[in-house]
Amino acid sequence: MSGVRVLVGTHKGAFVMTSDAKRTQWDISGPHFTGWEVYHVKGSPADPNRLYASQNTGWFGQVIQRSNDGGKTWQAMEGKFAYDGEPGTHKWYDGTSRPFEFKRIWHLEPSLSDPDTVYAGAEDAALFRSTDGGESWHELPALRQHSTASNWAPGAGGMCLHTIILDPKHKDRMFAAISAAGAFRSDDAGTSWRPINHGLRSEGIPDPNAEVGHCVHRIAMHPSRPDTLFMQKHWDVMRTDDAGDTWREVSGNLPSDFGFPIDVHPHEPETIYVVPIKSDSEHIPPDGKLRVYRSRTGGNEWEALTNGLPQSDCYVNILRDAMAVDSLDSPGIYFGTTGGQVYASADAGDSWSPIVRDLPAVLSVEVQTLR
Amino acid sequence: MIRVVLPPHLRNLAQVTGEVAVEVQGKATPQSVLDALESRYPVLRGAIRDQTTQERRALVRFFACEQDLSLDPPDRPLPDAVVTGKEPFLIIGAMAGG
Repeated sequence: MSGVRVLVGTHKGAFVMTSDAKRTQWDISGPHFTGWEVYHVKGSPADPNRLYASQNTGWFGQVIQRSNDGGKTWQAMEGKFAYDGEPGTHKWYDGTSRPFEFKRIWHLEPSLSDPDTVYAGAEDAALFRSTDGGESWHELPALRQHSTASNWAPGAGGMCLHTIILDPKHKDRMFAAISAAGAFRSDDAGTSWRPINHGLRSEGIPDPNAEVGHCVHRIAMHPSRPDTLFMQKHWDVMRTDDAGDTWREVSGNLPSDFGFPIDVHPHEPETIYVVPIKSDSEHIPPDGKLRVYRSRTGGNEWEALTNGLPQSDCYVNILRDAMAVDSLDSPGIYFGTTGGQVYASADAGDSWSPIVRDLPAVLSVEVQTLR
Repeated sequence: MIRVVLPPHLRNLAQVTGEVAVEVQGKATPQSVLDALESRYPVLRGAIRDQTTQERRALVRFFACEQDLSLDPPDRPLPDAVVTGKEPFLIIGAMAGG
């Protein structure tokens, strides 16, 4: 019997929500790791019972948790995150240089084929990999040691490596995105990287067309078309059809092209979802209306999805890792808010209902399709 | 044996309740107590002090016998009352009011 498992990270712990394919009745477990910030929880595509969670506090630092039973029980891993060699420096907000300093793991990306291999994106920006199920971690240092890294600067949320995409067709190709450095691609399994920001334009930086310095919020890919990527940038929704070599804007008729998450329909590679936010200075939905926008044309032409979502007095935000799609025949779309709601749609976004309404602020949402 | 009181988050992480007791090799100091504690509960490595530099995490404080030992050299001997087990070594997450 098919179903789904939604993995939710919040400011005060993690939650695991399961349902059958109807996605109307939910069993909710948690909070796990109560009181800790859980930036991300994600399951292995190769073994759905293998989950990884990133648990952190400013007091006690970073812990990686692992589950081998779909989130029923968890084991804290002992491995540490240490930069490989000299940390080097990056730019601070005031333009001075300061050393890279590990703060937390924002994003975990399990291997597509090996449950014990998982990648981790760090703040300050660096890419780590474990090949033993999270027990030990080693940096893939080429990204942090890129020739542009000394000019990277943090976004308002910190200098985080928040997006890791593994290409299912080219086994050595991977993508990473860093706020506020930009997007990067490796074609040799992380041995070397190059910026892929041509076509991005960011006002407010000395050179609006610079090779790096762009505040990329999120990138999404459909596995059947790995050369096509969709990006929600600080401002602008963008797409590339050549694996990042060139980007073009597809914001079209969105009420605001500022936002954080972006995702792709599991069966329609040209159908994408964003949640517009009013502006970079006001992280709230335009007009107090929580609206997901869907484009069935790969961008430019967008429709508002409002059925079941609050259309007045709503002032939550939806963070970059807080949207996910399942792959059931009638696909489910999920997102979480800083107000603690997790909304689900079992009909590709046509209608929505809350799974829960009163969690701590939601940092991340992932979903596993269980068959 | 040195009695150690952990803050609630670290008790959960180490999966212990109440105080823990650790045996210290040689002189009892904050450093040797933390060495013994991390040896017995490896998951605490990095949660109290940096794993590379061994520096105390900024928001973690050490107390014993109503004294703040946080800024003492890590190899300074602990008070006799801690060594004899009369008083615990307290590891505390910094608190803010309000």
